[in-house]
Amino acid sequence: MSTTKVEQRERDILGVSAIRPDGAAKVTGDFSFTSDMNAENMLWGATLRSPHPYARIVSIDTSRALALPGVHCVITADDVPGKPTYGLISSDQPVFARDYVRYMGEPVAALAADHPETCRRALALIDIEYEVLKPLTNAEDAIAGSFPPIHPDGNIIRHQRIVRGDQSATGPIIVEGEYEIGMQDQAFLGLEAALAIPDSHGKGVELHVATQWLHEDLGQISACLDLPPQNVRLILGGVGGAFGAREDISLQVHCCLLALKAGRPIKMQYGREESFFGHVHRHPAKIFMRHHAQSDGRIIKIEARFVFDGGAYTSTSPAVLINGITHTQGPYKCDNATVDGWAIRTNNPPCGAMRGFGVVQACFAHESQMDKIATAAGLSAVDVRLINAMETGDTLITGQAMESIAPVARCIIETDHIPLPAPLAANAHELLLPGGSGLTASASHIVRGVGWGVSMKNLMYSEGFDDFATARCSIKEGVVYLKFATSEVGQGFVTLAPQIARSVLGLDDVVVEPIDTQIGSAGSTSASRQTWMSGGAVDGACRLVREQIFQHVGKQNNIDPLRLVIEGTDIIDQIGTFRIAVREAIDGLSISETFEHHHKPTEELDENGQGNCHTAFAFVAHRAVVDVDPELGLVKVVQIATAQDVGRVLNPLSALGQIEGGIAQGLGLAVMEEIVIQDGKVRNPSFTDYLLPTTLDAPDVVAKMIEEYEPQAPLGAKGIGEPPCISVTPAIVAAIRDAIAKDLHRIPVRPQDICL
Amino acid sequence: MSMNEFYTLNVNGQSMQVQDSWVGESLLYVLRERLGLPGSKGACEQGECGSCTVLLDGQAVCSCLVMAATAVDSTIVTVEGLDAHGAELTDVQDAFVQQGAVQCGFCTPGLIVAIHHLLDENPQPSELEVKEAISGNICRCTGYGRIFAAVEQAVAVRKASHTS
Amino acid sequence: MIVAKNLDAALFALREHDDARVIQGGTDLMVEINFNHLKPTTMVSLRHIPELRTITRPDSNTISIGSGVPYSQLEIEPVASVLPALAQASRTVGSPQIRAAGSLGGNLGTCSPAGDTLPVMFALDANIHLQSADSQRTVSIHQFMTGVKRNVKRQDEIITAVDFPIIDGWQGYSKVGVRNAMVISVASACLVADHESGDVRLALGSVGPTIIRCRETEQWLKDNTSLTRNSVISPDIAREFGARASRECSPIDDHRSTAQYRRHAISILAARLLQKAYA
Repeated sequence: MSTTKVEQRERDILGVSAIRPDGAAKVTGDFSFTSDMNAENMLWGATLRSPHPYARIVSIDTSRALALPGVHCVITADDVPGKPTYGLISSDQPVFARDYVRYMGEPVAALAADHPETCRRALALIDIEYEVLKPLTNAEDAIAGSFPPIHPDGNIIRHQRIVRGDQSATGPIIVEGEYEIGMQDQAFLGLEAALAIPDSHGKGVELHVATQWLHEDLGQISACLDLPPQNVRLILGGVGGAFGAREDISLQVHCCLLALKAGRPIKMQYGREESFFGHVHRHPAKIFMRHHAQSDGRIIKIEARFVFDGGAYTSTSPAVLINGITHTQGPYKCDNATVDGWAIRTNNPPCGAMRGFGVVQACFAHESQMDKIATAAGLSAVDVRLINAMETGDTLITGQAMESIAPVARCIIETDHIPLPAPLAANAHELLLPGGSGLTASASHIVRGVGWGVSMKNLMYSEGFDDFATARCSIKEGVVYLKFATSEVGQGFVTLAPQIARSVLGLDDVVVEPIDTQIGSAGSTSASRQTWMSGGAVDGACRLVREQIFQHVGKQNNIDPLRLVIEGTDIIDQIGTFRIAVREAIDGLSISETFEHHHKPTEELDENGQGNCHTAFAFVAHRAVVDVDPELGLVKVVQIATAQDVGRVLNPLSALGQIEGGIAQGLGLAVMEEIVIQDGKVRNPSFTDYLLPTTLDAPDVVAKMIEEYEPQAPLGAKGIGEPPCISVTPAIVAAIRDAIAKDLHRIPVRPQDICL
Repeated sequence: MSMNEFYTLNVNGQSMQVQDSWVGESLLYVLRERLGLPGSKGACEQGECGSCTVLLDGQAVCSCLVMAATAVDSTIVTVEGLDAHGAELTDVQDAFVQQGAVQCGFCTPGLIVAIHHLLDENPQPSELEVKEAISGNICRCTGYGRIFAAVEQAVAVRKASHTS
Repeated sequence: MIVAKNLDAALFALREHDDARVIQGGTDLMVEINFNHLKPTTMVSLRHIPELRTITRPDSNTISIGSGVPYSQLEIEPVASVLPALAQASRTVGSPQIRAAGSLGGNLGTCSPAGDTLPVMFALDANIHLQSADSQRTVSIHQFMTGVKRNVKRQDEIITAVDFPIIDGWQGYSKVGVRNAMVISVASACLVADHESGDVRLALGSVGPTIIRCRETEQWLKDNTSLTRNSVISPDIAREFGARASRECSPIDDHRSTAQYRRHAISILAARLLQKAYA
């Protein structure tokens, strides 16, 4: 265990491990998650979902449910007053299914009743007749065109190629593989919940919800409710984690519709089983890759074919596909590439955003390939990566120049310098062995392996999307108020924003106002973007306020404002001797400034996948040490060493928390997390059988933060949320391969993959 | 569905009445929805995450798996009832905040209760004893590193206050 | 809800209400209720019945464990030194929170082939005490479990205690799960080496509709070795023992694992347990 000494500093400015302002409320249980909210006269809402992956709805009869004492109303597709569908990119997903259900768990109806148990009993009384159809479950069938469309928009969600350089280039080393990535779930702990309170006149509604993007939700919800956006007020309730699963709408429209129909506040909350059906998952994928390389290991050309199974509805599949294929090369130089990418609609559960967003899948493939090149070239895992390491100024396979600081070699070298853990002792405690208290092995049965993974990850949105962020900074009676719509999902933006204000303004009393739609959009809490974008907006708004303060002080003291700067908690004249405490300077002032931060524009890709489609990139290296029981196929991840390109550390404790948390999620995908699907049906929608890493699965993490200031970032800091979960997965798989001297091409790795 | 259960629970030192309830309600449901104690959280309803951990007759259990009406004549302590000895936060709670062990916070109350139980029984646990004691508490955000650091701080603080 | 303060009150309630069900720790039953598989009507709580939470020695060769004793008590003395395999199995049940509430009575009441303590009962030939308002009986574990989640307990009966023999020898338990804590077993095994009789007994979990006692494998070992407390097991014997054990089980493919892996895992677990018994 390592304890970070929290140094007592005078001020919680940038660079300091400021503690969370909501920390005390969270440890006492006072902090209100949306599931903790209640209202007077409230009813409970619940959803009826399809048990079939693909079926025609023959009839729906809600009369028996309505007749149950305690039930107030039942709604279906007929009760949606506005747009019947919604979606982040394409509005192809019905609020309630009409005519067809296209995935197991698709919502068909909802109801409101006086007690959750009444809801459960009433749902069982909604009679739906289905004509069960054979589901489309194999994406290749869709690509081949051998399955009729399961949706009016067809079975191909998106197809995109990347063609660059010399298509006939080849090399003395040619290695290839077919890689398979299973479906991971975000499994945030704070289950979906919302409280909808209808206005007394029934023409508006207030929704308390846990989400990643208030304004995007607002647009979709108001369209479905057929209400003007100003009549739909969204307030961010406490969010119990997100990891991508809250980018899409889940219960928002259902909850509002029930509230408007019943004329009473409605609380909806999902149990864990329903949650597995209620949100999108990470795309399962099949990736073919072939690398051509020189005999010294240098990459000449990459060929790849990606198939992402997007499930029944579009969600963010088109963007996930682009992220995946544009990261084919990984953090390595490559002049020639042929990539074919497909995002496919099937009757499997819908997939969308999950931390890593398509790059996780690509990274598993390219890192597995790098190890194959290493073997063929007689190089170590480190050297094959160093010799190919990308640098600032390189050209990507999309033709885009790598403008971001790209300290790939440094990440690898610094990770390599981290000491390996001590070997497993002959009398090691059982909890240190694979199998743990199951007592399946002794140390003599265990083999250790070491493996590497390095990745690149784009930050912010791509392909021309202007995902700006807005913030307002106000000063009133000596206190700084920050207003933004940035979703706090646990990542710590509510900690960082005041740190920014304190640094820029030299004041310490900072209040974060309620997070809601009463200010412009902050964009989504995803894509490792909020520190850069919302941080940039807060920084920008604070600078505007500071400018006004300087104007005021300059006028009052006959000093050119350009000479004034903040030093600690004072304003000083850089050239003269004037000094005044900021607190004194703002006495009697009331200032308010709103700032929108936009990143530089990006482009769409052309039909050859050429275009400046990404904004910026971050890099990370991981080295995994694992202990394996080769006869039983059980694994214990012992240590993860990592050096991550963070640009600038704004809060060391927060940053470490993101790194350790991301590593745990990547570990989950490597060895234990998978939604098991058979013929379109989810077989394991529970925590009994969808396994998350416990304290006894967590490795020792030794993390180095590489600070090379990113000039394009408003604070010099890159986003850090996603990189930790990306290359750690292939590093762990590589370590298992090293231990058992056997190839593995699938994640998660299951015991039978190791030992049979 | 009959709603005619009527019983009294001893929660955080107070007698609390439950009326007109359904026999199948879990202790977690009753605490949160009937007794105004939403500190304990539900994330799985099957004892696989520990978010609902409370102390029942001094033992750390999952309240989602306790049928509330069976918890009569027992002592129940929830996160809201932990004794901070006059301070704003208990030593464990303070350690969590100081060591960055809280991100989204959903798992936090269950962990706080589980760790209080651990340290009350075993004030100087080894690293592995800590890990096994809280192996029933899932955290999805932190990867546990800062949680272990928080326990280390709480252990040190308790040791110091006992020797001073 | 009927909160019984003694055993007689509980038995009486079961006789009077034929829809009544008992609840002890609730760690299986509440999952059924929370997941909408069970709609309770009349419940009888056993939580405050002291007679069900005792651990006694009816004679010098037997330890009797009350059906309501939580697993956390079975991991420590006085149980751990006389029934180490039971202590090991109990330690793997669920999580610490579940172990503080769940009990042998629950493991037997649910009677899942994945029940962690059941292989220990089968390997030790445990006896199950059942009582109703008007009768009592003792049933061998081998007769008690009849299939997946099926047993011979009647609605009006309560499991009151489980008797285990105290043997002079070695006993151990192993359980395979994909994660290092809180797992439903994919395959498990309990081996008992009775140094007095020279017999080895092996019971397997999660690889058949009931717990499997590997009587053919046990017999093969008896016929081909004569084991004393000082014996050493050769790798060949261990391997053959494991192979035979894996042939006696009938695992299935399910979402947790495959029949092929389970069979393979059993062969490894059995071999390793045998070697450990005579190390």
